Amino acid sequence: MSTGGSPLVVERLSKRFGETVALDDVSLEVRPGELFGLVGPDGGGKTTLFRVVTTLLLPDAGTATVLGLDAVRDLWAIRSRVGYMPGRFSLYPDLSVEENLRFFASVFGTSIEEGYATIAPIYRQIEPFRDRRAGALSGGMKQKLALSCALVHRPDILFLDEPTTGVDAVSRREFWDLLHELRASGLPIVVATPYMDEADRCDRVALVQQGRVLAIDAPSEIGARFPHPLFAVRGRDRFALLQALRDHPHAASVFPFGDELHYADARAQMAPSAIAEEVRAHLRTRGLDDAEVAPIRPGIEDTFMALMGAPPEAAA
Amino acid sequence: MSAAIDVRGLTRRFGAFTAVDAISFDVRAGEVFGFLGANGAGKTTAIKMLIGLLAPSAGEARVAGFDVRTQAEEVRRRIGYMSQRFSLYDDLTARENIALYGGIYGLSDAAIRERGDAMLDRLRLGHAGAARVGSLPLGWKQKLAFSVALLHAPAIVFLDEPTGGVDPVTRRQFWEMIYAEASRGTTVFVTTHYMDEAEYCDRVSIMVDGRIAAMGTPEALKADSGAATLDELFVRLARPSSAAGAAR
Repeated sequence: MSTGGSPLVVERLSKRFGETVALDDVSLEVRPGELFGLVGPDGGGKTTLFRVVTTLLLPDAGTATVLGLDAVRDLWAIRSRVGYMPGRFSLYPDLSVEENLRFFASVFGTSIEEGYATIAPIYRQIEPFRDRRAGALSGGMKQKLALSCALVHRPDILFLDEPTTGVDAVSRREFWDLLHELRASGLPIVVATPYMDEADRCDRVALVQQGRVLAIDAPSEIGARFPHPLFAVRGRDRFALLQALRDHPHAASVFPFGDELHYADARAQMAPSAIAEEVRAHLRTRGLDDAEVAPIRPGIEDTFMALMGAPPEAAA
Repeated sequence: MSAAIDVRGLTRRFGAFTAVDAISFDVRAGEVFGFLGANGAGKTTAIKMLIGLLAPSAGEARVAGFDVRTQAEEVRRRIGYMSQRFSLYDDLTARENIALYGGIYGLSDAAIRERGDAMLDRLRLGHAGAARVGSLPLGWKQKLAFSVALLHAPAIVFLDEPTGGVDPVTRRQFWEMIYAEASRGTTVFVTTHYMDEAEYCDRVSIMVDGRIAAMGTPEALKADSGAATLDELFVRLARPSSAAGAAR
């Protein structure tokens, strides 16, 4: 793996907590100026990875190189140059907005004034409330304050651990708009998220599940890894459609996707149009005459489910 | 047959702020009802009133036929509740959690054993009954929590973001459990931030600034508004002008 100027290079990183394997031989590289997504459900290892690359946790094996520095040996040099927004709200609720920001600036030996240009796109939106206690802010404003605090020392790389978890669909969209403004300044940003639809807002993503990287690529390319022809199926009785498609002898997978179903067919040699026609005929024999079947390009969530295999088992 | 949930002019004020502003709706028995809204729109306040944890400032709500204001105890006996934040005790095993909640709901030891075994079987979790809940994968924990919320066979179950952070396959399995429960006649009242899940509901309401801005079947809501998806409609309602988002 080349390290020529890459702000983050992770090679064969592993970490266990007792019986739990949090990171299993993880390798990835973030390129200069990239908005990089770590996409996957809880328990995937995203937080552990952040804790290793921000020097808060020692790996069992492998290396992490942050801004050309080694995450184990050069921890002090790294700490002053990375910005990290942990998943849990970690500000002081009894301090005001401005006091929180001044505190974080002073920890890094700087001031709000020195960091102002960097935080301005975000901080300006909450500056009218600078005297309000952080604990009394709305969820969206807390998030903007936390992001301002992670940026005030003008870091060279930014790590955001699930900034949009539990946030509604509209506020999530607005948060990503902010990240794109930050990205325009050239700052490399690594964002973890459990929401598959947010992968499309990244330059490249790593799909992570149970400590393993399933795939790394541009969002538009991820779908190419889907192993079967895929079809969107629509009809009035979705539950009957689901049953009928699952009973199809060549079904590779059938999943609900909002108001349609996604059906993957195991016959790789057959033309998609011929498969669609044959599946329509199959559904007609079940009395589902109104069903529409159309070939589609697989998305991130389709691909994630195909690559993740069976969901995590509950071990005794 | 009376509605499972019947809400008329329900209002809650905190000082000068009106968190829930005279909302009215009803939910039929056996219906899967999606209760959507942006953060801060008043969803949590409304749910707290429906489950008898918070007194309304005005208006009324009947849940399972009982008044939430004067008969909160009767209401609580007939509902189940789970959320991502509050579900099960991590330091207890699956069986201990079942026994604890069964006891709270007033089930006999025999009933707890019988229903608990059936539940673990159904979830294919029999082998994990002795495992600490904290050691289970999140998706399993949420499926177990849902089942525990149904242990006392409530008429209505309230699910507050039950699938947050859960992997996409387990998330869909969870919804199949919801459908199965609704087909047995249980009313399901659910909140979610996943807009594809909103499409799985029989009807949804979208709350904006304490009021219900839209309500109906997903198909009707899309047809009436001209929005291609519920996500599009949600964005349109929650942020009438894109500039309004900046202050939040």
